[in-house]
Amino acid sequence: MDSIATDNPFTADQERALIAFAGAAIPASSAYAVPGADDPLIAADILATARRYADAIGAALDREDRLAIARHGAKFVDLDAAAKKSQIERANQPRSSDDASDDAEDELDRARFSAHRTMLSIIAQCYYRDDRVMRSLDMEPRSPFPEGFEVEEGDWSLLEPVRRRGKVYRDAPR
Amino acid sequence: MPPVPMGKSGQTLAKGFNQLGWHWWPSDTAIATQQYDGRDRCINLGACGSGCAQGAKASTDITYWPHAVRAGVEVRTRCRVREITVNDEGMASGVAYYDEEGVERFQAAQVVIVACNGVGTPRLLLNSTSGKFPNGLANSSGLVGKNLMFHPYASIQGVFDEPMDGYKGPGVCIWSQEFYETDAERGFVRGYTYEINRGRGPVATALTGMFSGRIPRGEGHHEAYRRLFNRITGMVGICEDLPEEHNTVTLDPDLKDAHGIPAPKIDYTLSENSRRMLDHAVARGTEVLRAAGAVDIITEAPIGVGGWHLMGTARMGTDPQRSVVNEWGRAHDVRNLFIVDGSIFVTSAGVNPTRTIQALALYVADSMKKRLANLFD
Ligand SMILES: Cc1cc2nc3c(=O)[nH]c(=O)nc-3n(C[C@H](O)[C@H](O)[C@H](O)COP(=O)(O)OP(=O)(O)OC[C@H]3O[C@@H](n4cnc5c(N)ncnc54)[C@H](O)[C@@H]3O)c2cc1C
Ligand code: SF4
Repeated sequence: MDSIATDNPFTADQERALIAFAGAAIPASSAYAVPGADDPLIAADILATARRYADAIGAALDREDRLAIARHGAKFVDLDAAAKKSQIERANQPRSSDDASDDAEDELDRARFSAHRTMLSIIAQCYYRDDRVMRSLDMEPRSPFPEGFEVEEGDWSLLEPVRRRGKVYRDAPR
Repeated sequence: MPPVPMGKSGQTLAKGFNQLGWHWWPSDTAIATQQYDGRDRCINLGACGSGCAQGAKASTDITYWPHAVRAGVEVRTRCRVREITVNDEGMASGVAYYDEEGVERFQAAQVVIVACNGVGTPRLLLNSTSGKFPNGLANSSGLVGKNLMFHPYASIQGVFDEPMDGYKGPGVCIWSQEFYETDAERGFVRGYTYEINRGRGPVATALTGMFSGRIPRGEGHHEAYRRLFNRITGMVGICEDLPEEHNTVTLDPDLKDAHGIPAPKIDYTLSENSRRMLDHAVARGTEVLRAAGAVDIITEAPIGVGGWHLMGTARMGTDPQRSVVNEWGRAHDVRNLFIVDGSIFVTSAGVNPTRTIQALALYVADSMKKRLANLFD
């Protein structure tokens, strides 16, 4: 999608944090010959897609930076891989409403949990539609339409035991 | 018309059901597997949930509407009805609505038929107050908006060592109604249908894996992903919710839509009966997946994004004090007002509702046609 600079709802810090978040969630792998979700093409797709949810995601990214600074004295983007992984893994635990802990550094509130899910959904959506990633999964890099796919019909004789058992429904009252 | 293909997923699960001696059945899933009525046949695109580019999946825009339009029906889209108006005799006289441009309009009518479904219908009736109907139209029973039912869904998915259908083919392959009827020994009344979901696409696999903790973020992501990709199949248990008057659609005292019309407010508590049914569906679903060879089971009950089947809020019945419409869909209180959607359900049935909604709509239409000479008696 074409855009002009002023269309961008994210600050430079938020953009960097989102791309770092993507790369930390789905890193590159030489074993499977796939890029990470912070690859420039995929990252551009993620940033464009995330615009629809800019308010929630922007606030969530700011929170990640505040949390990283409180814990490690550095913004999220500057953490090492292990610290990034640990921070995003913990965000996936929803804080239960009766959780007595009030550790401010560990403010895993509902908003953070749901914003993380939104971000991960966008990241996965953009990552797994990348041609290189699809090929690595033995998928043809194309949309399903118009060629479609083959699905085997299956062996309908499997229904025999069900037929032998007779009807399982009640007749409607007349 | 033949059912949709079983595929690898359907066959694997069918063998599991057979091993336990349980019922299962093929699926048509409202999908044309052959050319039909101007629609092309299913080519297994697999994206049925987000719209069928092939036109094989049935939806009213390509099934009923083209016929209706050819028969002379005028469809006015992007209009929002604020209220159904009544005349001095207490008959519906038409609707006040906002058109596409937001301009308020009035459409006079001899007969008003409402099909706004389980939330929209009670909202409209409750918004249609007048001197004759101060508590909302057709609401002398006080039951408009009461007895809201959903279908609580249990999701039980298995991970297999062998490849399944994954992202290919219609989302449902077979069904089971082994646990549809009441069995007192189960600790709940009524029952549920299993809808066997074929598989997951690449994105859904990633999200299922990450949200259930089976695919880590960061290191290990790709190995774990490949253990799940094309290897998940399973089912949802569609549980029969029962009518309870405290589950309601009312009008929100503050919230309004863009036209200033009071918005619906939903109050709903999952009943103990439905909770037990969900637990039963998870336990038996796990059993059949294991019998079919699953090496890991992923469950969620009730599913978080459920609650999309809306029923019961203008129930049908013969007693005007205990129901909103009569046995052929006419409002007890207003003799030219009809309702043809999920709100007239009396119980929810442990199965997806849309066919029953269509059947009821066709039945009410037929009933009206048969009575044209004395429709308002
Ligand atoms: C995600 C999802 C998945 C589903 N999957 C299935 C499934 O697999 N199987 C199944 O059987 N069912 C399924 N359903 C349910 C199915 O979509 C509904 O049962 C069906 O659409 C109901 O048809 P209806 O015409 O009665 O109501 P709707 O399709 O809801 O139509 C009601 C219409 O009324 C309009 N309306 C409401 N109020 C007003 C007003 N005041 N003025 C003007 N217009 C108004 C609405 O905009 C809407 O267009 C699913 C629903 C969802 C959300
Ligand atoms: S699989 Fe679904 S989306 Fe694809 S052609 Fe068949 S009905 Fe349409």
